Amino acid sequence: MSAASLTRLGGDDSRRIVVLLALLLVALLAAPWVVNDYLLTVLILILYSAFTGQAWNIMMGFAGQLSLGHALYAGLGAYVSAVLFVDFGIGPWIGFLAAVPVAVACGAVIGFLAFRFGVAGVYFAILTIAFAEFARIGFDHLAVVNASAGLFLPVHQTAHNDVWHLRGDPTMFYYVILAASIAAFVLCRLLLKSRMGYYWLAIREDEQAARAAGVPTFRYKMYAVMISAALTSFAGVFYAFFYNNLFPEQVFNIGRSIEMILGPVIGGIGTLFGPVLGAFVLTGLAETLNAVMAAVGLDIPGAKQVFYGICLLVVIVALPEGVWPPLARRLGLTKAKP
Amino acid sequence: MTALLSVERISKRFRGLVAVDSVSFEVTKGEIFAVIGANGAGKTTLFNMIAGALEPDQGSITFDGAPIHGLAPDAVCRRGIARTFQLVRPFPALSVEDNVVVGALAHRHGVSEARDRAHALLQRFDLFDRRHQLASALTLPDRKRLEVVRALATEPKLLLLDEVVAGLRPTEVDRLVGVLKELNRDSGLTILMIEHVMRAVMALAGRVLVLDHGTAIAEGTPDAVVRDPAVVQSYLGAEAV
Repeated sequence: MSAASLTRLGGDDSRRIVVLLALLLVALLAAPWVVNDYLLTVLILILYSAFTGQAWNIMMGFAGQLSLGHALYAGLGAYVSAVLFVDFGIGPWIGFLAAVPVAVACGAVIGFLAFRFGVAGVYFAILTIAFAEFARIGFDHLAVVNASAGLFLPVHQTAHNDVWHLRGDPTMFYYVILAASIAAFVLCRLLLKSRMGYYWLAIREDEQAARAAGVPTFRYKMYAVMISAALTSFAGVFYAFFYNNLFPEQVFNIGRSIEMILGPVIGGIGTLFGPVLGAFVLTGLAETLNAVMAAVGLDIPGAKQVFYGICLLVVIVALPEGVWPPLARRLGLTKAKP
Repeated sequence: MTALLSVERISKRFRGLVAVDSVSFEVTKGEIFAVIGANGAGKTTLFNMIAGALEPDQGSITFDGAPIHGLAPDAVCRRGIARTFQLVRPFPALSVEDNVVVGALAHRHGVSEARDRAHALLQRFDLFDRRHQLASALTLPDRKRLEVVRALATEPKLLLLDEVVAGLRPTEVDRLVGVLKELNRDSGLTILMIEHVMRAVMALAGRVLVLDHGTAIAEGTPDAVVRDPAVVQSYLGAEAV
């Protein structure tokens, strides 16, 4: 699972990476002028997946803590900001500021229980699933959020885009999630190059050896969970205002958690580009499949899930590090000698 | 002479088995002190208690004037005790350099400062040319040295070496022994080592403690200890004398 190229990537940046990033950035910035509405929606899904993948990667890819319940943090972000908006007319950005402490507190409780009492590995993953399921069942019966009947955000036609209230056309949402994805990427890179990043990698590689080398492992694992939870909660805020409807059965569903981890797994766990590349590959191909099936008039329920499964299988068998590390080596973007 | 580390009557039991039974000794600042004994004599248990990996059932451990028994391993490390593992545990997917940077961050806040410290140490231990290699790609002797370098990067006052030359060829043993001796002489680093290889013990240690079934049976200079009948009987065997 350890990505060989990771540390070199964080080392000296080759100019090629900068060029690659600049090209990608220009393409993404220009996209709304080039693509149609359908493709723009696909791009929003891709960037959403890149963002959540990046957030999840902090816990698993950097600190080595497998979370299979990240839908919890996205769901909390979605519900906190939606309730504040629907019931109190408070905008999503303030809502996000309110959602962060809620998500972080939940992450901290899970982290504390697990790390304090030595729940690690698979058992830790199960604990994260359990908390996401608690939330799903709990919100399904919570009258304040309209329980299983769902929470709906008022939609009104406006002549102009209102970024402050996240009301507007897909182009606005596209740029919001693009900015968020860039911010997440930059944040992850800064973290990885900092003391925190080194300590996380040490914990991921060998926790006992890390402790012997002076790493306060409990504290740094807590940081990983809390930062990851805070970032993921923003994805929830975006989700709520983009789709305008929330059902506990959907937002806290374990399927959401799994979708979040597929991108980084396919792109390359522990790398900065993995979650981005994985999102493009997976969501891109899945939507192509959708389009092709629609064009030939096929309607097979569950085809997307089967397709995800096949992608995962192919990657695990053929490219166990994910798509990015071998690609980076091929492109000469890394100095790592595995 | 002041005691840097003072171990007083510590004991550790694993269910019925008494692994370490009321062992006491002192390590003086600047000396190289070795603990020897047969397999299962309790050396590693003793070591793990000093390093914070195990909590003693009884007794006390004082380091640099303050009690450290019961502290977590990372806290012990930041107090100034660094250790190596008998079976080396480098961070496999990190580069050699980054392995050492992790250790150096214990007392340096900035990553670039830590990197400078790492470079200096890697040069001293002949690993500088391999600094961009992944730790998993190193040979065993190199990994053993990396283990020592990572420990030294935490700027310890006391270095705990757990069978650091085991598995090395005699020339490699001499080379590592040479560097350790140099470190001890030049920077006054205190070393507490567990060792099976008598060649290394005789070359390095100023004083030796012999453990047998969890109890200390002899203590003194290497020359005196290897002539002690009890030690010969229990550990060295006739052919070693």
